[in-house]
Amino acid sequence: MSKVFKFHNDVDTDQIIASQYLLLPTIDDMKGYAFESLDGDFAKNVAEGDIVVAGENFGCGSSREQAPSVLKALGVKAVVAKSFARIFYRNSINIGLPVIVCREMYDVAEAGDEVNLDLAAGTIETSKGTLTCTKLPPYMQGILDAGGLIASLNKEED
Amino acid sequence: MGMTIGEKIIARAAGVESVKAGEIHTVNLDYMMSNDGTTHLTVDMFHNKLKKPRIADKDKLVFIVDHNIPAENPKTAAAHRKMREFAKEHGIKFYEGKGVCHQIMVEDFVEPGQLIMGADSHTCSYGALGAFGTGIGCTDFLYGMVTGKSWVMVPETIRFNLTGKLREGVYPRDLILTIIGDVGANGCNYKVMEFAGEGAHNLSINDRFVLCNLAVEAGAKTGIVEPDEKVVEYVESRGRKADNLFVSDSDAVFEKVYEYDLSKIEPVVARPDFVDDVIPLSEVGEVKIDQAFLGSCNNGRIDDLRVAANILKGKKVHKDVRFIIAPASNSVYLQAVEEGLMEIFLESGAMVMNANCSVCWGSCQGVIGEGEVLISTGTRNFKGRAGHKDSKVYLGSAATVTASAIAGKIVGA
Repeated sequence: MSKVFKFHNDVDTDQIIASQYLLLPTIDDMKGYAFESLDGDFAKNVAEGDIVVAGENFGCGSSREQAPSVLKALGVKAVVAKSFARIFYRNSINIGLPVIVCREMYDVAEAGDEVNLDLAAGTIETSKGTLTCTKLPPYMQGILDAGGLIASLNKEED
Repeated sequence: MGMTIGEKIIARAAGVESVKAGEIHTVNLDYMMSNDGTTHLTVDMFHNKLKKPRIADKDKLVFIVDHNIPAENPKTAAAHRKMREFAKEHGIKFYEGKGVCHQIMVEDFVEPGQLIMGADSHTCSYGALGAFGTGIGCTDFLYGMVTGKSWVMVPETIRFNLTGKLREGVYPRDLILTIIGDVGANGCNYKVMEFAGEGAHNLSINDRFVLCNLAVEAGAKTGIVEPDEKVVEYVESRGRKADNLFVSDSDAVFEKVYEYDLSKIEPVVARPDFVDDVIPLSEVGEVKIDQAFLGSCNNGRIDDLRVAANILKGKKVHKDVRFIIAPASNSVYLQAVEEGLMEIFLESGAMVMNANCSVCWGSCQGVIGEGEVLISTGTRNFKGRAGHKDSKVYLGSAATVTASAIAGKIVGA
């Protein structure tokens, strides 16, 4: 089961990881500051397999790949939103973090809910019923399935 | 079926006759740019993640240190060193302390019709010269560095037909903030914002830069102004070529078309914490400020510095305000020195910084403290963007920022 961490519309990448941490040496050095301005305890409370739920335009703003990377490093299984900003969406697929468009989830799920996200089936079981996720275009799903863009490139070079 | 400017550029980069929105294509990249915001991570991935580390074409890569320059702590200095040494080892073009990355790219590299990816969201600026620039993360950058290629899903185009001229005291900054306020922060998500019409052709290259630069704040993949003779003159005067001036075909398909009469645009501000929370300046009310910032890839060019100097001449910055000015590049800085603008700034009590991202990026000199209010020509006003998470950023034109620095509160010039 995955615990839900819920955020609003237009969450920008500065909120996911603020500028002052971006030049730290590694993603592991940065991950403790994820969502610092919105939920100072997020990094402490989130556990492997949990999910982030948000409204419209999640990940707008800067192209910093550190944003999806810190979420992945904290064990976030997927981000489920009504819609995503394009650079965050692309970066997430490139690093192998599932980004799922499911417009109903934001209205159905509350922070702290336990849900069952089945990535292969594209469904989310909640206490209020089972939701179906929008499918990725096959090309992008292929990158995600390979474990990200670099893993996919390495495979081609085998 | 006809193609839009964006489709023509992608077709050229993909080496095919035509493309249409929704298709996925592999493209050859004309340039790739990366700055100190992420390059240290890209270099680590190059060494640690690749099965066959290599560089496809070093001449297409540009590394620019502009975000935290000069370094403000030893960890930043280490990140810069990693970037510097990698560039040296591989013969990659390297700029440090010369200006904001997009300003340098437009001054020294971009040509119309090119497809350029940059590890910075404001790479969309290159549409000022009729190129397709778009922001990517460091994994995309690494892939492009190794293969010389990338993949793109062809975006739909939203066309903005511009007519007329901006009135005196109204700037391209007011126009693009107005548009973002109208369409919303995701109103052009994954689209090309194409600016055309006589109103667009009346704008200078610097003015077009302002429009395209903020396209990403409406969610767009890029912004492009229909290129014309002004573009040819700009690039040829810098010894570059203008062979691919693409304009949309008469039967090109646009997802939407907006009409803007420039003579009706008013001065506006974007309120904290969203770029699309735009209101007329006349409705902002009594907002005291602690700091004012003039600079950034959006509004740190010579035109903006001239506007500020005209307003500041013979006046003093308000005693309770720090006014920080950062020219967008050293060539802008030098021109401002030659024109005597620096004297005006220093005599008024403003602080002039080196050419860098400065206050707009919120992680180097000039950050604001808890509860403080900033009026800025920067690109964004997100929560905590310029420093403490409980500080506030308003966005306005160079004229509004300068007049506010004198008044100690947000006012028009």
